[in-house]
Amino acid sequence: MTEALNNLGKIKKSLSRRNRAERRFRWYGRMAVFIGLAAVMVLFTDIISKGQGAFRITYIELEVTYEQDRIGIQSLTDPEQLATGNWEALYKAALRNEFTEVSGRRDKRKLYGLISSGAGFDLKDRLLANPLLLGATENVWILADDDIDTYYKSWLDGEPYAARMSTKQLQWIDELHAQGKIRLQFNKNLFTRGDSREPEQAGIRGAVMGSLLTLLLTLLLSFPIGVSAAIYLEEFAPRNRWTDFIEVNINNLAAVPSIIFGLLGLAIFINFFHIPRSVPIVGGLVLTLMTLPTIIITSRAAIKSVPPSIREAALGMGASKYQVVLHHVLPLSLPGMLTGAIIGMAQALGESAPLLMIGMVAFIVDIPAGFSDPATVLPVQIFLWADSPERAFIEKTSAAIMVLLSFLIVMNTVAVWLRKRLERRW
Amino acid sequence: MQATNILILIIGLGAFAFFLGRGRSIALAAPLGGIRKLHSLPSYYGLHAALWCALPSLFLLGMWMMFDDPLINSIVVKSVASEIAPTNSASYNLLLNKISNLADGILPRKGENAALVAAADHMISLRVVSRWSLTALLLTLSSLGLLWGWSRISASFRARPVVEKVMQNILLACACLAIFTTVGIVLSVLFESIQFFRSVPIFDFVFGLEWSPQMAIREDQVGSSGSFGAVPLFVGTLLVSAVAMVVAVPIGLMSAIYLAEYASKSVRAYAKPALEILAGIPTVVYGFFAALTVAPFLRDLGASFGLSVSSESALAAGGVMGVMIIPFISSLADDVITAVPQSMRDGSLAMGATQSETVRRVIIPAALPGIVGGIMLAISRAIGETMIVVMAAGMAAKLTANPLESVTTVTVQIVTLLTGDQEFDSPKTLAAFALGLMLFTVTLLLNIFALHIVKKYREQYD
Repeated sequence: MTEALNNLGKIKKSLSRRNRAERRFRWYGRMAVFIGLAAVMVLFTDIISKGQGAFRITYIELEVTYEQDRIGIQSLTDPEQLATGNWEALYKAALRNEFTEVSGRRDKRKLYGLISSGAGFDLKDRLLANPLLLGATENVWILADDDIDTYYKSWLDGEPYAARMSTKQLQWIDELHAQGKIRLQFNKNLFTRGDSREPEQAGIRGAVMGSLLTLLLTLLLSFPIGVSAAIYLEEFAPRNRWTDFIEVNINNLAAVPSIIFGLLGLAIFINFFHIPRSVPIVGGLVLTLMTLPTIIITSRAAIKSVPPSIREAALGMGASKYQVVLHHVLPLSLPGMLTGAIIGMAQALGESAPLLMIGMVAFIVDIPAGFSDPATVLPVQIFLWADSPERAFIEKTSAAIMVLLSFLIVMNTVAVWLRKRLERRW
Repeated sequence: MQATNILILIIGLGAFAFFLGRGRSIALAAPLGGIRKLHSLPSYYGLHAALWCALPSLFLLGMWMMFDDPLINSIVVKSVASEIAPTNSASYNLLLNKISNLADGILPRKGENAALVAAADHMISLRVVSRWSLTALLLTLSSLGLLWGWSRISASFRARPVVEKVMQNILLACACLAIFTTVGIVLSVLFESIQFFRSVPIFDFVFGLEWSPQMAIREDQVGSSGSFGAVPLFVGTLLVSAVAMVVAVPIGLMSAIYLAEYASKSVRAYAKPALEILAGIPTVVYGFFAALTVAPFLRDLGASFGLSVSSESALAAGGVMGVMIIPFISSLADDVITAVPQSMRDGSLAMGATQSETVRRVIIPAALPGIVGGIMLAISRAIGETMIVVMAAGMAAKLTANPLESVTTVTVQIVTLLTGDQEFDSPKTLAAFALGLMLFTVTLLLNIFALHIVKKYREQYD
């Protein structure tokens, strides 16, 4: 009797300790979830705060006179003359007119440095679009150099970053600002141009097109093949060693590091089949092999969720096994398969490691138009820009990441919506 | 004719064959009393004809595409004038490149060696011959197939089983692609690795302590033979993975436990997908985050404590990698924890245990095999992760266990050795494949073992 009382006392005494442990444990759990969610928040705020500036870019207004002999051309129709014309002279003259007091070679070079070095070609395009401008004078907003852009934006934000600027340049910008001749405009180049060494000229159009082509090929190959493989494994495969072997292979491939697929692509597609490097064909093939396991696994789950009674009913009506699959199982499991395909495509869209191996990491200015044009993809473009030393590329990289993430968010939302909308509960 | 055009042509012929076969079967059935008198539905006769028309041609096209270029190349090179004939494999490739560039018009013909120009012309003519003979062959084959498929159509012909048999084989081939992929991976890394181990002994590679894969351009250059001791890479990989696991395992596991056992339904409904976002973010984004935000932050933090933290520290790369792996561990752990039967929880709670005691003493031990399997899968993922370490970890191979220093990993070295121009016979590029072989073997073993454990565990409670 006393022993029981003693035990009771012990238990009561230990109770507060145990309850404390319980509270602590709960608190650990809350902390873990909180840290995870905080990581999501930090990541997104970091990227957005770094990248939001890239959607606007600095332009400077200049009075440009399209003088024929300054460019050094006789006609606007001769391509050879157009290619060799001195287009920079146009904005250089305009700058000299704007700041007449500048003299000396070094100062002049600093002055020309206000404007993006590719601005001459923009003026050329402008003139070609409207040949009547030849000999005329107009006020044009011209793209500023990336250092000016970085400085002007940081100056507007109240914390000027002038590390790469000379005092003269700062003074000129102040003057321009006072006259309202410098301003931020929507950064059209970011969405309409290919890569460039000049941050202010660089855009993601080429990379987005490359991603699109690569993904299109991946989808065209991996969806039919994956669905066929899933149908075979779920509906027709006999239970034997060979089938088991296929299943083990698929499960393992799903966990093989993606870079290994790059090695495969390099050794087989490029070295053995001699497909050229850097083209979306190789990228698409490699990503197909990589996403195939995902698509097969999700498709199998979708097929499994179709109740056997449907198959039995169809078989009972005299349908052959193939008619059962094609007329009943496939349409009923299609939403699940589509969801899996979208998730697989999202995975492929974000993948970059295997593409580094097969040369899709090259510096490519032209926007790819076909499956056999050299191309790069959006994540690889992000990798390339992240490696660039120019400060303005940080902003560009973050902006490209924002574009990539928005694509991914849209794809995943569609997948979730599809699942909610079309999924049938049996 | 372009390959894509040929493909479209074959598919068009196949479609034509389908309608022809279908039409003929309906026409044959009409006098007999309608399609009820046919063995199969008319579309099966159509499919039968289409398969006969298109399949052999597609097969031939694939084979031709695979072998025509090498064949043409070897014919051209064999027939070149003796003064430019290649002496070894390197000059063979060089010559071939030059000829094909001349033939494609990439190089200007002006001022080139006459023998080369002749070889290029030879190549062009061979290509034309190849294309036209291919087109002619394919058209004949398709027509013959069509004719054969068409002639076999009769009311008693069993088209459906034939078509279904062919379809089943196509499905089987699709399923077997997984096996071909594995075989392809094994072969591609194995062949190049064997070549590599011919020049660098396997023992030196696996146990060597120094990694400096520079190869000299000239024979007599200082440091002409690089050293290929991979131990620093293995250590670096393990260090980064260990940091990642230190971050990911406690957070992933605790959040899985909290969400599975404590959180209310509504919290779970929002917190779980929010955590899964981390899994959907591309690794290149994590790499950027690690290199430009986390690494400078850690460096400054270390400096304020008087610690020297490298700006490419293993801590930054590993920590961010750990964040990436959190949802992976938490969703796997969530699966196994929710699979533990409710009766075990009820039993423990009925004995007077608190909820946390139930979790620690009953649920975790019961779910342990599954959790261990999940962690092993996570480790294999950490070892194979590329972009984060390429962007945030260093290039120099250093043998250290200090996470504040810069280390390099297997995947970083594979990327650095293989990006850019490369020739396939230098140990430098082959070393990447040897590293790939190591990576593949280790991750494969981890995966097989982990999947085995998880499967065993699932069966236990099913």
